[in-house]
Amino acid sequence: MDYINAIVLLLNYIFVPALAYGSQLALGAIFVTLIYGILRFANFATGDMMSFGTMVTILFTWYFQSLGISLGILPTALIAIPFAIIFMVGYMLLIDKFVFKYYRVSKSPPVQLAMVSIGVMFVTQAVVRIIIGPSDRRFFDGEKFLIKAGEFKEMTGLNEGLAIKSTQVITIVVTLILVSALFWFLNKTKTGKSMRAYSDNEDLALLSGIDPKKIVMITWIIAGVLATIGGALYGLDKSFKPFTYFNNMLPIFAAAIVGGIGNPFGAFLGGYVIAFSEILLTYAYKKFFMYLLPESLEPNTLVQLLSTDYKFAVSFSILVIVLLYRPSGIFKGKIL
Amino acid sequence: MRKNLNVIAAYTIMMGLIILVGIFQSWNIALSIFNLCLISAVMTMGANIQWGYAGLINFGIMGYTALGGLAAVLISVDPVQEAWSAGGSNILLSLSLIIGMVLAVRYVLKKYEKSKVRTYIIATIIIAGIIIIRFVSEPGIEAIEEVDPAKTGFLGGFGLPIIFSWIVGALFAGGLAFVIGKVALGLRADYLAIATLLISEIVIAIIKHEDWLTRGVKNVIGLKRPAPYEVNLQQTDWFINLVEKFNLSQLNLITDLTERQAALNQFVIEGSSIFVKLCYSGLFLIVVIILLILTQKALYSPWGRMMRAIRDNEEAANAMGKNVVKQHLLIFVLGSAIVGIAGAMLVTQDGLFTPGSYRPMRYTFLIWVMVIVGGSGNNFGAILGGFVVWFLWIESAPIGLYLVNLTTAGLADSHFLKAHLIESVPYFRFLMMGIGLLLIMRYRPKGILPEKIEIK
Repeated sequence: MDYINAIVLLLNYIFVPALAYGSQLALGAIFVTLIYGILRFANFATGDMMSFGTMVTILFTWYFQSLGISLGILPTALIAIPFAIIFMVGYMLLIDKFVFKYYRVSKSPPVQLAMVSIGVMFVTQAVVRIIIGPSDRRFFDGEKFLIKAGEFKEMTGLNEGLAIKSTQVITIVVTLILVSALFWFLNKTKTGKSMRAYSDNEDLALLSGIDPKKIVMITWIIAGVLATIGGALYGLDKSFKPFTYFNNMLPIFAAAIVGGIGNPFGAFLGGYVIAFSEILLTYAYKKFFMYLLPESLEPNTLVQLLSTDYKFAVSFSILVIVLLYRPSGIFKGKIL
Repeated sequence: MRKNLNVIAAYTIMMGLIILVGIFQSWNIALSIFNLCLISAVMTMGANIQWGYAGLINFGIMGYTALGGLAAVLISVDPVQEAWSAGGSNILLSLSLIIGMVLAVRYVLKKYEKSKVRTYIIATIIIAGIIIIRFVSEPGIEAIEEVDPAKTGFLGGFGLPIIFSWIVGALFAGGLAFVIGKVALGLRADYLAIATLLISEIVIAIIKHEDWLTRGVKNVIGLKRPAPYEVNLQQTDWFINLVEKFNLSQLNLITDLTERQAALNQFVIEGSSIFVKLCYSGLFLIVVIILLILTQKALYSPWGRMMRAIRDNEEAANAMGKNVVKQHLLIFVLGSAIVGIAGAMLVTQDGLFTPGSYRPMRYTFLIWVMVIVGGSGNNFGAILGGFVVWFLWIESAPIGLYLVNLTTAGLADSHFLKAHLIESVPYFRFLMMGIGLLLIMRYRPKGILPEKIEIK
């Protein structure tokens, strides 16, 4: 019985939250990696673009709520997301037309594009804060828990409860659907293949008649979809605050690089690598050992490798180690 | 003279703007803007050395600034004797263990060829070392943090004049840059940017959460000053006489003696805070001028030529026998050390150290906007960038308010749109910075004062 309790404990505090957090990071990381692979620059506006998408989702959610539309047990935001995506894609294409296109056409070095993306970051951040303000917002409605800790205890008769929030399930399911659709698109369709060709070797791709304008446009559209959904899922699960989104850029970058920047599948796995290591290294294992060890051996400290204050530092340290030993990432990057 | 005309014009306009603030808002505000402009200028010079001279991207400016601030605390605060006796020995022991660990790793690196076994040995040393250090340091840290937590709860510093911290801050930042440079300088430009950004976040996390060293988010307040205190000034005779002399014409208009005394008191209070700010301005100006002379000399020296050669074509410079790796490391350390000075200056001026206030937006990205806007590779441009951007950063709120009032003049005061816009005026600064950066990058990619290399 104690063993099952210990496993449920780990499931409840490590596995389920890490899986949800990892999915949110993975979507952002694929976004970074796509931009890097096709447009060839590190997009420092990632976090703020995600917060922009989330903001639009929230505005649509409020609008639908005021109309009295709801999905019952599911959050209203799910209906709002498609509308937000349309809006977000428009925003992305607008930015590309007025900002990034000039540098792409004049073949500026990637560093310059990265600097330009910092300008976009400032502007997007300002727009978000002017429209919705800097404060914390929750826009979740519907049923909060799929399984409540108490119900689980009653059902199984265990000491440990397992709580699964509906947002966690939604996050994981939506991520899986979205990512499989994306990989199908990249690997099976003609447009997807031409995107990969473009990312691999631009000149050869141009020679074989691939239209760069179309590739770039599709990249921004996919980026808009990923940014909106990734941001909205994070906001549903935790809460929406522009500053947190800006900060999330850092673990997202870490995930993209750990997975091998330019490689979407690597970025997808990188998200989980970062999420799991952050949570595994900062979790206090005291209770876990209390179940497993006999009473005489029970630990009297928290058995915590690092204090939770260093959560972010963990992912960055992993990144530094990866950069030192395998600069191209765990799953060799540079090609889509 | 003629070729420097644009430099002189740009600086005159900048000074004119600050003086306008002094006339229309208050001299106090103008001087505090001026002081922070000077500090920003020092930071920008540090970043400019790395980016403009050598083409290295360093997004870790926040980390070096914070280390400079830490130096100010460690130098100027009086040592907390009880904390030292409570846990000092444990901390010193852990410190020697860390040094031992580093030496052991170095020894293994030198002694054995690169192999899997070596990697495992190093990993074992580091993991075992961390566990031992945790066991040794934990009781010490707890004991230190328990010593009067409301007031101290940390080891304190050396109790020296705070001015020394400007040099120590440079050493701290340079030391960190040496380690980061050794690790990360081989990376491609954009990887380097991300890596330095993340490492600076780690530095901030440590400063924020190691309470025994920095008091963490409890902040250190009331640091010693290199300048006189306002309260003392208000009671010294020569200062009161000086203020009286300055405002004689206004004071003579008042005939009533008690009223005259009250007016004088008001002038003395205002004057004292302006005087203190002027003291800081003088100190900061000295630093800026010394750094400017040194960096200008370096720019036109053979060393500066070599750096530009490396920046413009690494392979060619390498082929000419220049040690690119070593020079990159050197310039990385130098630039970061200058940023460290600025960090110490900032804490000196504020008189308090707040680890929670170090955010990448303000201390990394804003500094980069300054470098790009001012003109990378040109020291005068870098300083100007610091001035222009900081000025706009502060003054964008009033400007934003004015614009909002202008555009929504037709709406009633209670209209929700107007109220909402007025509430969000503080965020217009981000908008202005972003649009300014984008416009400069597009239409004047070399900055307001572009790099000019004349052959002498």
